[in-house]
Amino acid sequence: MLDNIQILVQAPVITLDLVLNGLLIGAIFALAAYGMALVWGVMNIINITQGEFVILGGYVAVVMGMYGLPPLLGVPVAAILLFVLGWALYHTVIFRIVDRDLFTSVLATFGISIVLQQLMNTVFGGDVQIADAGLGTVLLMDGLVALAEIKLLAFALAAVLGATLVVFLKRSRLGQAIRATAQNARAARVLGIDTDRVYAATYGLNAAICGACGALVAMAYTIHPYLGLPYTIRSFMIVVVAGLGNLAGVIIAGLGLGAAENVAGFVLGTQFQLAFVFLLLVVVLVWRNWRLARRREYLK
Amino acid sequence: MLHHSKLAMTALAAVSLPVTVAYAQSGDTITLGAAVSLTGKYTTNGEHTQRGYDLAVDKINGAGGVTVGDKAYTLEIKYYDDESTPARGAELAERLIQQDGIEFMLGPYSSGMTKAIAPVTEEHKVPMVEANGASRSLFTNGWEYIFATLSTSEQYLRGAITLVAEHAEELGKEPGEIKVAMAFENDPFSQDVRAGVLDDMKEYGMEAVIDDQLPRELNDMTATLTKVKALEPDLLIVSGHSKGAATAIRQISEMQVNVSVLAMTHCDSADIIGKFDEAAEYTLCATQWAPTLSYSDDLFGSAAEFAALFEETYGYAPPYQAAESAAAVQVYADALERAGELDSQKVRDALSSTDMMTFYGPIDFDETGKNVAKPMALYQVLDGEYKVVSPSDFAETDAVVPRPAM
Repeated sequence: MLDNIQILVQAPVITLDLVLNGLLIGAIFALAAYGMALVWGVMNIINITQGEFVILGGYVAVVMGMYGLPPLLGVPVAAILLFVLGWALYHTVIFRIVDRDLFTSVLATFGISIVLQQLMNTVFGGDVQIADAGLGTVLLMDGLVALAEIKLLAFALAAVLGATLVVFLKRSRLGQAIRATAQNARAARVLGIDTDRVYAATYGLNAAICGACGALVAMAYTIHPYLGLPYTIRSFMIVVVAGLGNLAGVIIAGLGLGAAENVAGFVLGTQFQLAFVFLLLVVVLVWRNWRLARRREYLK
Repeated sequence: MLHHSKLAMTALAAVSLPVTVAYAQSGDTITLGAAVSLTGKYTTNGEHTQRGYDLAVDKINGAGGVTVGDKAYTLEIKYYDDESTPARGAELAERLIQQDGIEFMLGPYSSGMTKAIAPVTEEHKVPMVEANGASRSLFTNGWEYIFATLSTSEQYLRGAITLVAEHAEELGKEPGEIKVAMAFENDPFSQDVRAGVLDDMKEYGMEAVIDDQLPRELNDMTATLTKVKALEPDLLIVSGHSKGAATAIRQISEMQVNVSVLAMTHCDSADIIGKFDEAAEYTLCATQWAPTLSYSDDLFGSAAEFAALFEETYGYAPPYQAAESAAAVQVYADALERAGELDSQKVRDALSSTDMMTFYGPIDFDETGKNVAKPMALYQVLDGEYKVVSPSDFAETDAVVPRPAM
């Protein structure tokens, strides 16, 4: 571990490489987390299926690549297909758990995630898959900082998607209805909003966001049927840290997590990379608890 | 109540069965038993296994069968589908031995399944020749009835260390100055591979500059590969099943990591050539067997002839899983003939003194039952094809070391 820190001190440019690469994947985490926050905030459901949606989106890009279509087109196609899937899942399962407690929703979505994993395993096989967008690498500082173009593109697309989403929620009728329902579902119903439709749209929208993320993941990293969980965990962690309805927080937490994780993987060894995510979660919660406790004291 | 009496009857039936059924070795047929995965996650490799067994049985029967004592027998195999579930495999092994009276077992596919079945064959003192369980842990329990035709997992990448030591001069170093970076998944198989590599590194006095363990859910090796870039080792070894192989190849090329030698497992199951094309060039890959190796025997002829026959029969080139399975049946035929009678204890003893050459390679079991005669082979990806480069005596061509900068 000390050796690794020494490397970073001697060659700060490597730290830059780690941080930049971390930020790039962090954008994907942030996007998936934003979807989770949306569902959580509007429907009070913790969606464990998040990661499986991501992987499914990845398979869309992979399948398109197999048939000779440009995998990049998989980003919108995955979003559309996953929206339909999310919509269908809402009308079969999710609508039953909207008003139940969180534990029920965790169990139900956990169940769906297992079903999706097994289906993907049956349909696509258990082997690892990739989609190739055919892009190169940008090299900076004598090749010590290497940024894959697909990761840069993924970052840009994630930013565009995030911005579109914000505008959509602020400006469009459906977006306003979603926000109204999040604030007070009963009042929204009284004012004539079809909350059932709003829930279905929200859940579908989240699946679509994840699907788009997944297509990017398949092009920049690798996917296989059982790789969804890390994306769910990271989304959860980011939402917990940032809080619901705090878009800026989600973005900062997502990017920060990506960078911190990568540096931690370097310093502590890759085996502790995920452990580090959990450690960070605990630290943030403890710190926040401590801050809240101080505030309560002040109020006394 | 009814339920209970049913249970009692089943129990009674189970107890009386071994006494009444013993048809398996009657007449002119010797029946081998096998539970292989024909459904579930191991389906593909389960089929390779079954086809390897079947091809060998057909060939042996076509050549006059097996002569035990003075009598010629034909071979036959009774199969069950273990559904890729260890518990089911153990049940079926029990059923083959107890109910069907099988006295000679062939192995299933995968280390996990073999580990589930071996305790059953041990208990009943029925020999099992397996061809698809490579885990070292199968041979550390003092089991006496298990024999494996394949090389065990700790041998998978030893060849890479030897190869690099042989080519140390091209790297401008003494073997003892070679720096090795290791990235192994945190699972029993990969850790076995790592143990073997470490043993050989110690022999040559090589230094491990990176020793990272990859978690099961990882699809990003950026942190490890950045370290590789910084420390510039001569050899990078990756073992993390097919996802490790795919992730490594993708990111090594993306991050432009220049390492003189790259060695890994599971190249073929990750299909690195098909997926990555040029980025896979010069990668060294561990394999149990290759059709181009110059091994041969009297039954199948050369490795290439076996491959041709297999392809003619099943319509695709044989993966090594099929080859090692066919060899398992050959081992049985040989042992049965040497035992001279159909007694499972005698056959077990004959198996343990096996020393034969097959198209799959030499087979000689040590006291724990693993085949210590056959080395693992190493492929190198050259011009979009796998070429055998090690062991040097059986190689098709010389390895390209160091790999040219890409």
